[in-house]
Order: sequence, then C-alpha cells, then structure tokens
Amino acid sequence: MDRPVLELRNISKTFPGVKALDGVELQLYPGQVTALIGENGAGKSTLVKVLTGIYTPDGGDILINDEPVRMQAATDAKRHGISAIHQEAVMFDELSVTQNIFINNQNRNRFGLLDWPLMRRRARTLLEYLDVNIDPDLPLRELSVAHKHLVSFASALSINSNIVIMDEPTASLSHHEIQELYRLVRRLRDEGKAILFISHKFDEIFEICDRYTVFRDGQFVGAGEINDVTQDDLVAMMVGRTVKQIYPKIEAEIGEPVMTVEGLCHPTEFADIDFELRRGEILGFYGLVGAGRSEVMQALFGLTPTSAGSIILNDKPFNPRTPGDAVDQGLVYVPEDRQHQGAILSLPIFQNITLPQLGGLSRSGFIDMAREFDVARQYATRLQLKAASLSENVENLSGGNQQKVVIGKWLATNPNVIIVDEPTKGIDIGSKAAVHKFMGELVAQGLSVIMVSSELPEVMGMSDRIIVMHEGRIAARFDRDEMTAEAIVTAATGA
Amino acid sequence: MITEKTLKQTMTNDLPKDMSRHLPDSLNSDLRSKMMRWETLLMVFVVIAFFTNIQLSPYFLDPWSLSDATFNFTEKAIIALPMALLIIARDIDLSVASTIALASVAMGFANTMGAGPIELALIGMGVGTVAGFVNGWIITKFDIPAIVVTIGTMSLYRGIAYIVLGDEVYRSYPEGFAFFGQGYVWGVLSFEFVLFLCLAVAFGILLHKTTFGRRVYAIGNNPTAALFSGINVKRHRLFLFTLVGLFAGVAAVLLTSRIGSTRPSIAMGWELEVITMVVLGGVNIMGGAGSIVGVFIAVFLMGLVTFGMGLMNVPGIVMSIFTGLLLILVIGTPIIWRRVLTARKMKSKSGN
Repeated sequence: MDRPVLELRNISKTFPGVKALDGVELQLYPGQVTALIGENGAGKSTLVKVLTGIYTPDGGDILINDEPVRMQAATDAKRHGISAIHQEAVMFDELSVTQNIFINNQNRNRFGLLDWPLMRRRARTLLEYLDVNIDPDLPLRELSVAHKHLVSFASALSINSNIVIMDEPTASLSHHEIQELYRLVRRLRDEGKAILFISHKFDEIFEICDRYTVFRDGQFVGAGEINDVTQDDLVAMMVGRTVKQIYPKIEAEIGEPVMTVEGLCHPTEFADIDFELRRGEILGFYGLVGAGRSEVMQALFGLTPTSAGSIILNDKPFNPRTPGDAVDQGLVYVPEDRQHQGAILSLPIFQNITLPQLGGLSRSGFIDMAREFDVARQYATRLQLKAASLSENVENLSGGNQQKVVIGKWLATNPNVIIVDEPTKGIDIGSKAAVHKFMGELVAQGLSVIMVSSELPEVMGMSDRIIVMHEGRIAARFDRDEMTAEAIVTAATGA
Repeated sequence: MITEKTLKQTMTNDLPKDMSRHLPDSLNSDLRSKMMRWETLLMVFVVIAFFTNIQLSPYFLDPWSLSDATFNFTEKAIIALPMALLIIARDIDLSVASTIALASVAMGFANTMGAGPIELALIGMGVGTVAGFVNGWIITKFDIPAIVVTIGTMSLYRGIAYIVLGDEVYRSYPEGFAFFGQGYVWGVLSFEFVLFLCLAVAFGILLHKTTFGRRVYAIGNNPTAALFSGINVKRHRLFLFTLVGLFAGVAAVLLTSRIGSTRPSIAMGWELEVITMVVLGGVNIMGGAGSIVGVFIAVFLMGLVTFGMGLMNVPGIVMSIFTGLLLILVIGTPIIWRRVLTARKMKSKSGN
C-alpha cells in the first residue's frame, strides 16, 4: 500500500461553546477517492476549512508526504497543492470564465502586469481537458449551473494540485451531469491525484469512492475500504449510539388534531405537503439540507407565499400572509438562523423577549415598562437564562442562551403551535439538554411542537412521529415504534 | 396553551427561588456611562458655542435677537425629527427639500385660485404627505434602496416645481397666511419655535415610550429578525416615509409663509442640512441607534454656530465649510478619543 499523501492526526478545532473537531484523523492516498461521511454538524465542513487554510486547528498535525506543514492561510493550501471545489461555488458572475478560473492564481508577464493572453490560453487548455466547450471570454452569469461547476473545477485544476477536495459536488446537478462528473473524478484519480469526496448520497459513494472515513459529532468513528462495508454499516457508524438513552422523552398525552395541512405547494421549493399535528405532540421533520423543510415552515409562518393547498389551525381555515397573522393565531416559529432571523443581537434581552407581544404590554400604544420587565423576567427565569442583567444586549450571550431568548420571546405570546427549526444547532451540550427538556415540558402542558432537525439522534429521540422530506416532497412517515435510523436516512437520501 | 397558572407552577416548582437574583434589571446606567453619553458631549459643544457667541456680540443675549436666531433652523429641525426615526429604521429620504419646493409651488398655485390661509396650509401638508407616501410606496413595493429612490424623487419633485413655475415667482399670499412663519404666540416666542418644541416632545414620546418607537429600533437593528418577530416591516417603513413627507409639507408651509413667496429653487440643499442635524444628534447613519434628545441638542448646536457666524458676517459659503467641519469634529472626536485610549492600553500592556 502507498503512503498517504495527506494525513491528519488528532486535529481539534473549538468554537465558543462547540467542539467542532475533536481529535479527528484522516488519510488520503494518491490515486484513490476517499469519501468523508457524517451527518450535518459532524464536522465535515470544518475539516474542509482546516484543509484549505481558512481555519487554523487548535491542535494536531497536518502531514503532507510525511512532512508536517502549517496551514494558516488559503495561500498555504495552494502552495501545498490542495484545491477545493465547494458546495456552492464561490464565483463571480460578472467576471469572465478566464478571470474566474485564475481569480487567486494570476499569471504575470515580465512587466509585472497580468498576462491575460497566457491565462486565456491556459483556460482554453483546462476546459478542453475537462471536455467542455465554453468560450473563456463569456461572463460567468451566462453559463448553466453545471458549466459553472466545471469552471470551478478548472479553477481547482489550474493550481496543479495533488489533492482535490470536493464538497458535495453533485448537489445541484442533473443525472446526466452527475455521470459526466463521475467520469472526471475517475480521470483525476487515474492521474494519481488524491481526492476527498464529501457526500450524503450513498449511491454515489459506492459508485466512485475507494475508501471511506466517518465522522460523528466532531469525532473520528472509522475508516476503511469501501468494498468491506455495506450501506447499513455506514449508517450505523454515522448515527452511532442508541438514541433513547440520551433523550429521555417525557410521555405527553396526545390529543385531537390542532393543525391539518393539505396539499401545500410552493412554485419551486416544495409540493404536496400533507400532515396533521396533534395536541401534545412533537412532530419531527428530517431531511438533508435543502430538502425544503424550512421553506414549508416559513410558509406556515406567513413568510413565504404558497401556490396551492390549505391549512386548518384550531378548527379554522388558516391563511397567514404575514408572520403577524400566524402569531395572532397562536403559531410561532423559532428560525434556524438565530443570529440573523431569531434575535436582534444589538438590543437588550428584555426588548427581544417582549418584541412580538408589545401590543399586549401597552396601553393605547404606550409601553408599560414595569409589566414588560415582569414578563421578561418571568421567561428568563423559566428558561434558566444565564445573563448579568436583562438590559444586557443579546450579542453578549452564549449561543445557547441566545436560543433561550428566542424561544422565550415566542413562549411569551402564549402560542399553541411552536415550530422550532434546528433548535440546537451550534449550541453547547448543556444548553442542548435544557432545550430538549423544555420542549418536553411544553408538550406536557398541551402545546404542539414541530421540530425541524438534521440531527438524527435528536429527531429520533424527541419526536412522536417523524416526517422525512426529500427534494421538496414528503418521502416517508414514521411512528415512534417503527423508526429506525437506517430507514430514515434511506428515505432522506432518496436511495 | 400555557396559562398563567401553569406558568407560575413551573416557576415555583422547578426552579430555585433565587434564580431571579442573577437577573438584576435596573435600567439606570451608572453615572459614568451617563457622562460619556453622546448627548452630554453635545451639550458641552452647545455651551462652548453659546459663550463664544456672547463674546462675539453684545447683542446676542437680547431676547429678540435670540428669537430671530431660531428662524434659521426651526423649519429644518421640524423635518429632522421624523428623519431621525427614518434613519434609525435604516432608511433615508433625500427628497425632503424638493418636497418643500413641490408643496410650496402647490400652495402658490392654490393661492392664485383664491385659497384661504387654512386651505393653503392643508394643501402644503397634503402635497408633502403624498410625496412621502410615493417615496415609501416605491421603496417598499419594489424593494429598491431608499437612497436610490429618493435621489430620483429629489430631481423629480423639484423638476415638477420648475415645470409649473419656470422663472416665475408666486407672491401675494393672503395676510392671514403670514402667521405660520412670522407670527408670535407669546412674547418673543414665535409660532414656528413653539411648534418645534411641541413636536420635539411628541416625537420623543413616540420614539422612546411607544410600541411604534420600539419597533422602529427593532427594524433598524435587524429588519429580518423584526420581520420574523411578526412586525409588519413594510408598513412601518411606508408610514415613516409618509410621516417625513408630511413634516416636509409642514416645513413648506412655515417657510413659504415666512418669506412670503415661492420660487422653484426654494429650500435648495436643505436635505443635507437636515441629515447633518440628525447625524450630529448621534443617530447612527447605519440605523438602529439614536435619540430625539440628541437631535434636539444638535439642532441648537447648529443654530448657534450658524448664528455666531452670522454675527461675524461670515459669508454663506464659508458657513457651510464650518458646518462640514463641525460635523466631522463632533462625530470624529469620540472615535479618535477611543483610539487613543486603546493605543495607550496596548502600550502599557506591552510595556509590562
């Protein structure tokens, strides 16, 4: 067996409150495609950023051809022959194909000026190598998504790298384009390049990968030859632990339907969404990133207009046109992006908590500050918020406490349906447990919860029922007693 | 549903009673942070300007002369109040001076048709309101940046005024109409100035004590999160633009009444003076922060400085140089001061 061209040993990276990578390892071999597998939040993207010099690891070694190297900037990665093709190509629509290919790797002539004729020739050669017929002078915006992808390929190849990282390269491609991509990957492999292939799709992993490495919760779980494992083995490694031990679910009495959604459609994002939400129930929505779950929830919250379908909420037709409508009817939404959508970071805690229900805390438009503080204090206490003062700005809180503020502000409106979108994303273990426990208490009090989550253990541990979405449609439904990790992941990947 | 009762149960049963002790919630910031506040700094500048003016002219302290001085800035100051709210909400309106021209021309035209003083005032305010509403409607309906739309309507509104009036002048307003811009309510207190004082109080209450004001801050700090919190962001923005238009109309009534004539070039360049007052008052030009008290003091600071220069017979163009320098000086001082402090701290640290 060859020596690995790139080896990571014991790499760690910690962000405030989260251990994104915890002593992981990885080997890439020349002439082999290695799949990196893991759930959302397993640390794959962080690893890519470490490999491309965007993040500097807190600890551990990066070895290239057995030599330890330091990776501190994107130029370091380039120098060591590492190039990456990102999930959503970071490209410049108004610049030409040539300019995009050589965006950070320009050739200069002997006067120190950019040598465009040379770069244009090189661009043409690269595109020929990729077997595509694109005019290098066209502005990028005139290209199809697939061709844009190929341009980012050309850009990655322009630095003549030995190590190529592909972060979900097939995410936005059609079947035919994916076949083209496979051909390319094989060709790069046969030329002796080491390829790291990040994907959620098991069919493609088994189609073109030679080796696998599995991460879970920022930790290394296992690695080996793809021929030695089955899909079920990989899923088991991804999901790991028995989930019921970590999520002690409070059994709530499940009552009559509170909300019925029928045939909900959106022009582009989702279609034919049918489900029923009952009193005292936690309904989990699982799926890959981009499956359309958040879009459905935002439609229920009046943020996104729908093109067809009906919603019955509390026995009344419900057609929210603004979030205000939804809040008035007792449906609230804790968004995924806490810092941009959930909380107003530069305002104090108490103002965040009372914002949605200011009307109720005022007399003919004048805010009753004493009552406002009472309400804020009540919910801060109830959620065990840790803060120096209620007048402190939310930006000074930890991620977990910020999330408590967002949940608190919605609870203060006395909702009967609360939608939480990735409620524990990016928050520490302690706050995670508090949020989970709190959700259990809410349903015990007769609320209904819809929980969108990409974390399989969380969604399995907390939900009474799970709806799995795939490409904008409901792919499967599971009751609590029939959930298995394998079946859920299979439905979500559309395999 | 969570009822009050279950809530209290949860609170008393599940949580240690002393939890609330970790959450002191006094609103009174300590004396030191009050000292460092923007408004305090502005007051210092006001005092400096005041005493400089006393040194410059023996007539400065004369009540009538002080009263005359207020005419220089009250009309702009009246627009600065709603403009402060608009800028706090992350928007801006550059068309206010052109709105004055349009409203003034409309009043002049109505005057030739024989409208009385009250009708004239209503027409001026009505035209201003419509102009502001049009701005807000285009901006919120089509999601075009406010700065682009109001640069457009700045030319548009004044252009209409030029088309209607050309090189002509509307004069001979009815006698009763002069009260708005030239009348006195009590002693030396002019109608304009008293109106401004009342409006300042009203806007202070609106911004700092009402749900509307709180929502304006929420929108200015994070429009997305404000929308996700159930606030009808577009409607609030539309209302603010309309409000600014209304008060541009009010300013048009006062100004037209004071000078007694309308030319299409009326109030040229006022938009920048109004925005200067707002920014000088400590309103963050990027939105989200500011106070009416600050704007109120800034108005007087600008009034005193221009008046002082008037006493020294400084020509108008030099005055605008000074206004520009004042803006940079007042905005820049605390930023530079903070830099100096940090640099000193860094030095002492590296010294250790």
